[in-house]
Amino acid sequence: MNVALAQTAPPFTLPGVDGSDHSLDDYSDARVLVLVQSCNHCPYVQAWESRLIAIQKDYAERGVRFVAISSNDAASHPEDSFDEMQTRARERSFNFDYLYDEQQSIARALGSERTPEVFVFDSNRKLAYHGAIDDNRDETAVAAHYLRDALDAVLGEAVPAVTDTPAVGCTVKWRT
Amino acid sequence: MKIELLYWDGCPSYPEALELLQSVLAERGLDTTVELCEVQTDEEAQQLRFPGSPTIRVDGRDIDASGAESRPALTCRIYHLADGRVSPIPSREQLEEALT
Repeated sequence: MNVALAQTAPPFTLPGVDGSDHSLDDYSDARVLVLVQSCNHCPYVQAWESRLIAIQKDYAERGVRFVAISSNDAASHPEDSFDEMQTRARERSFNFDYLYDEQQSIARALGSERTPEVFVFDSNRKLAYHGAIDDNRDETAVAAHYLRDALDAVLGEAVPAVTDTPAVGCTVKWRT
Repeated sequence: MKIELLYWDGCPSYPEALELLQSVLAERGLDTTVELCEVQTDEEAQQLRFPGSPTIRVDGRDIDASGAESRPALTCRIYHLADGRVSPIPSREQLEEALT
């Protein structure tokens, strides 16, 4: 079960692909914090990746910070190893931190099920939106911009019209 | 013509792939049954040389030769579209070419 609406963001300290550890408190200056359950190997993640980069770019000046987190078991999916995460972040010029949740603790705390799956936390770090980035993996066919709409609402101190959508993507690869 | 669609239930893409495949078959007037094969374990993935879901084979030949040699695994398969984008299912053009 996912973290519930208005529930507080779970604390974490995780290694980033930049070589530093990152904690929830490190993002305390962000007006809005978006945690993205992500990974390398999933075609759904890859299909939405450029949109994620574009949205971060568009909202950075308004105090929105994206943090992508991969919790996938690298033993079953070697493409999701920390080394491969570093490579992908570099090759794709990620404009957000990309953290490795090897123990899968943040994925469990969030109740993540899919990649990609977004969790939007307001300035008080209460969950304001959870689910999909938009309504179509094919960016030429997108009709509803869930994440952008949620960010606009939260930045305007309003409750998003849509607060929860089903995330479409690969399952989180749990350790066995 | 034998058409197989191998899938893993942990990946949500195969119903969309099946729908597209059946649409292409209908468009071509091909009255061929698509044989569905669910891959449930890593062992089955190895035995079937299953590089991810969905995998479509026409007369035993993978419709996307470049992806067919990927490591067998219970995972979502990546297809590369002609415009460079990534997709969890093959394009209509790939299917049409495979059925030619």
